[in-house]
Amino acid sequence: MNAITKDRSDTLAPFGTRLDGVTDPVRKAAIGALHRSGLPDRRVEEWRYTSLRFLTETPLAAPAEVYDAGQVQAQLENLGLNSGTLAELPRLVFVNGRYAEPFSVLPAEVEVSFFAKTQTFGALSAPDRDPLTALNAALASDGAQLHVSAGKNGGDVLLVSLGQTDTPVSFHPRHSVTLDEGAQLTLISIQAGQGRYLHNPVLEISVAAEANLKHVTLQTEGQDAACLATTYAQVAERGTYDSFVLGLGAALSRQEIHARLAAPFATVHVNGAQMLGGKQIGDVTSVITHAAPDCISRQTVRNVLDGHARGVFQGKVFVDRVAQKTDGYQMNQALLLSENAEIDAKPELEIYADDVKCSHGATVGALDDDQLFYLRSRGVPDAEARQILIHAFMDEALGLIEDETARTLCTQMLARSFPVAGESA
Amino acid sequence: MTQFLDISGLCARIDADGQEKEILKGVDLSIPPGEVHAIMGPNGSGKSTLSYVLAGREDYEVTAGTVNFQGKDLLEMEPEERAAAGLFLAFQSPIELPGVNNANFLRTAVNAVRRARGKDELDAVTFLKTARAAAKELSMAPDMLKRNVNVGFSGGEKKRNEVLQMTLLQPSFAILDETDSGLDVDALRIVAEGVNRLRSPSFSALVITHHQRLLDYLVPDRIHVMAKGRIIHSGGPELAQQIDREGYTRFLAEAEAA
Amino acid sequence: MPAVTETREAVEKLGQSSYKWGFETDIDMDVAPKGLNEDTIRLISARKEEPEWLLEWRLAAYRAWLKTEEPKWAKVSYPPIDYQDLHYYAAPRKKPGPKSLEEVDPELLRTYEKLGIPLHEQAMLAGVELPEGETARPPVAVDAVFDSVSVVTTFRKTLEEAGVIFCPISEAVRDYPDLVRKYLGSVVPAGDNFYAALNSAVFTDGSFVFVPKGVRCPMELSTYFRINAKNTGQFERTLIVVEDGASVSYLEGCTAPMRDENQLHAAVVELVAMEDASIKYSTVQNWYPGDENGRGGIYNFVTKRGACRGARSKISWTQVETGSAITWKYPSCILQGEGSVGEFYSVAVTNNHQQADTGTKMIHIGRNTRSTIIAKTISAGHSDSTYRGLVRVLPKASGARNFTQCDSLLIGDQCGAHTVPYIENRNMGARIEHEATTSKISEDQLFYCRQRGLSEEDAVGLIVNGFCRDVLKELPMEFAVEAQKLLQISLEGSVG
Repeated sequence: MNAITKDRSDTLAPFGTRLDGVTDPVRKAAIGALHRSGLPDRRVEEWRYTSLRFLTETPLAAPAEVYDAGQVQAQLENLGLNSGTLAELPRLVFVNGRYAEPFSVLPAEVEVSFFAKTQTFGALSAPDRDPLTALNAALASDGAQLHVSAGKNGGDVLLVSLGQTDTPVSFHPRHSVTLDEGAQLTLISIQAGQGRYLHNPVLEISVAAEANLKHVTLQTEGQDAACLATTYAQVAERGTYDSFVLGLGAALSRQEIHARLAAPFATVHVNGAQMLGGKQIGDVTSVITHAAPDCISRQTVRNVLDGHARGVFQGKVFVDRVAQKTDGYQMNQALLLSENAEIDAKPELEIYADDVKCSHGATVGALDDDQLFYLRSRGVPDAEARQILIHAFMDEALGLIEDETARTLCTQMLARSFPVAGESA
Repeated sequence: MTQFLDISGLCARIDADGQEKEILKGVDLSIPPGEVHAIMGPNGSGKSTLSYVLAGREDYEVTAGTVNFQGKDLLEMEPEERAAAGLFLAFQSPIELPGVNNANFLRTAVNAVRRARGKDELDAVTFLKTARAAAKELSMAPDMLKRNVNVGFSGGEKKRNEVLQMTLLQPSFAILDETDSGLDVDALRIVAEGVNRLRSPSFSALVITHHQRLLDYLVPDRIHVMAKGRIIHSGGPELAQQIDREGYTRFLAEAEAA
Repeated sequence: MPAVTETREAVEKLGQSSYKWGFETDIDMDVAPKGLNEDTIRLISARKEEPEWLLEWRLAAYRAWLKTEEPKWAKVSYPPIDYQDLHYYAAPRKKPGPKSLEEVDPELLRTYEKLGIPLHEQAMLAGVELPEGETARPPVAVDAVFDSVSVVTTFRKTLEEAGVIFCPISEAVRDYPDLVRKYLGSVVPAGDNFYAALNSAVFTDGSFVFVPKGVRCPMELSTYFRINAKNTGQFERTLIVVEDGASVSYLEGCTAPMRDENQLHAAVVELVAMEDASIKYSTVQNWYPGDENGRGGIYNFVTKRGACRGARSKISWTQVETGSAITWKYPSCILQGEGSVGEFYSVAVTNNHQQADTGTKMIHIGRNTRSTIIAKTISAGHSDSTYRGLVRVLPKASGARNFTQCDSLLIGDQCGAHTVPYIENRNMGARIEHEATTSKISEDQLFYCRQRGLSEEDAVGLIVNGFCRDVLKELPMEFAVEAQKLLQISLEGSVG
């Protein structure tokens, strides 16, 4: 990502003076890197399919510290978080990147602290490695830091981010999750909001030996928002990081996941699905690094694209020289529902160990005519038949979510954002 | 000692998912020239391991014992040297070689072995004539020589292909590892006839099987019962019927008692 | 026609690691001074007695080159190239373009004989006794390019009678200026990329093929490239135009002497296929790969592109890449004509310190266009090999289809094999399927072969050839045999 050598500070204009006068060494280093790299443009290989021009058009101020409690209440209700099983789950609610205590319920078996107090950045993300991580390091003001002690089961925890603003703002929460040996946790991240804003979270995940983290992210940000989220996960011996990202909202979104299998017999799943319409751009990017032998990685990502939407999938599987007996599998599939939709996919294998079993596949196409005809020949009207097939396509992906609460939530939110029947016929 | 094949105190283990597993625990077995011996025994007794160790598969580590084959230390030899020396293994599950033409493979193997034995290589035409004739004797469809090695072959076709290879490579000692499994009666007879055609004072074989049926066609000189990594009982051809009637329980119990 | 017999002998001597084509020919050369500027280009153009328009075209390309950056996205690394430290013109002293074999320098003829290239039409036609089961090989017309200049083209009479033009491109500029002017740069524009621009500015020779309407070219055409001179860049340019309903099969082979320094080869190949036309373009690339420590070898930075202009036209690229220190090459198809077909079959083998970044681009523009990509990558030693391929479907390409299969094989734990597909689809009626696998040679397969008496090296050769079967079977028969042997030689010393 350092193809660009000249100063590209001009791309940071939207952040105005927010990057000035910083003294903290980590933030200073991040800002230095940021001035050199600027925000990436499409000449940077990792960003060839996703343009950040959307961001650079308007100034992005720091959000106001006060929020509208009534609106938060309405947002939570709208997400269905205040009813059924979900209502009973412990939750950490952030509004415009700041912890909103009145709406939060702390989990019993999880130690929680906040970045606003600790100001600790964590070691997994190098700020000069990626401009958006650097941007986060430069501007982070708060974030949840979860810790589950050895052998404990932290249960299900909701991590909710809400944006609410009338003028363009950006917020950059810095979260972390640490599971000690044999610990367990199910983290359900929800990204939602209203107004024009940039949500730029960084999440650092550390899964110790034999520990197991299930992580489901539901991205249903406001239609004028940009969500550029980066997750760094590291998994130790026989540990498991099982993640799923469902992308539904935002004008521009990118879920970037770096998962590192750091010790033998570790497992990661980096699954996901997107359903986009209108002029949405949704990008799922992942780098899975096999840095130890005998590890397993699995990835299935599905896209349904309607209207003028553009889906991007970039998935790299990197196998280090020492990572013998690696077992890696990756599958990306896209369904285009409209003549103006677009999918760009770049599944990538970079392999330096010889005793490996790695494969990837990608398919792109429209709904299967034979299947459509079959349904219609059984009396199902065209529009309904399409719905059935799209549902089936997405349901298979959502089936990869192990946690039932999270799966139900995702299924419901997905149903809501379904394209209007027959619109694209 | 037979001076042909003498296995003595053979122990071998395999590394399975990070754990050493002892499979052969002192096998003693001698096969004189010109004799066909059979090994029978319950699943997991080490029969296939014995065949792999004799053929030189590197996954198995020989921890003790000796194998003398026609005056040479078999365990010191590379797999292809064992083949050149006359040892042939008919695999229980023959391996598929995608993109590798069967006739070409056979010719390459035959000529490699001929070279090693100091014989002239066969030219393409002579080889094809020989191969076609041999394939016909085994009632193999002519196109099997043109197809890729074992790719898309049925179970029976694979086993016949093994016997075809054996016929062409002219080994002095063949190990048939469950060559009868998955064969219908007709195929079984054809395969057995293929082996019987090779029988001569200079050809010995070790037949690994679960069923008496194959031994009806391929009457062995001796039958050995293998269990828990050892030969626990040996006898004449009549042993097959006894095992078929009574199973292995009695031999196991006797071995325990001893 | 490549070095078939030569290679067979080489195979028989397996065990001594060697590049069999590494000898040097001592021949009187006309060499331009080192360096690249407008004067160099004027000199090349003057030596070749070119028309004014071509000089202008070259100069425009040169100016474009000055503004272009050397591409950095490929997964290859090499020290900076000093483009001023190269000769851009080297030609055997004798006047280029001899009319008959008798006029060719006998030293050159011996070189090609040594390489196994059949330049003697008589000998070819007289025929030799063939073993039973092998059919007589049809004659092949050869254009032999020695350093920057075409030294001889065979079978021109026979081809002329059929209406096919097959000659050095420098001659074509003189004899068929309208054709050349119409098509040159029409597929790969002069300023297309850094290396293409460089080539456009300084190309010295190459082959020109024109197959008129309705003609099936009566024999295989072939160009054999040989780099000989020191410190010389080789920049040949090939242009093949096939009119409506016509077809041609074209083969390309290449070798170079062993030298310690790296040599640059930046060729451009342009193919044009009109309605119902078909072009089959096969390459066996065997440039000197450098020694086992990565010293020397050819930098093979090549732009190859075909335009399927007419409906139902077809362009098929088949390549076997075993040579070169670095390969940077993406033979592509622009599928414009409705129902046109693009194919890319590739085997890339790297050993020792070789680097290859190769693949294809399939650009689907027209309706119902189809493309197939089969790429087999084999890495051994300390080498690094990348498949990089683009499949792009534009909004009007309804009914477009692509199938891609990339398989990589690693031999040894010090090499790398990478797969980087780019899939860009803007049409809902298109269907794209991509599959890729990476693995090593299965222990089961190796053991099976060795149990049947094959040495480990032969077993690897056999399995690798099987792995490449789907590509090799696309080659013309004579080439396929050659390619198989080459694979084995290239992987020599990589096992055990």
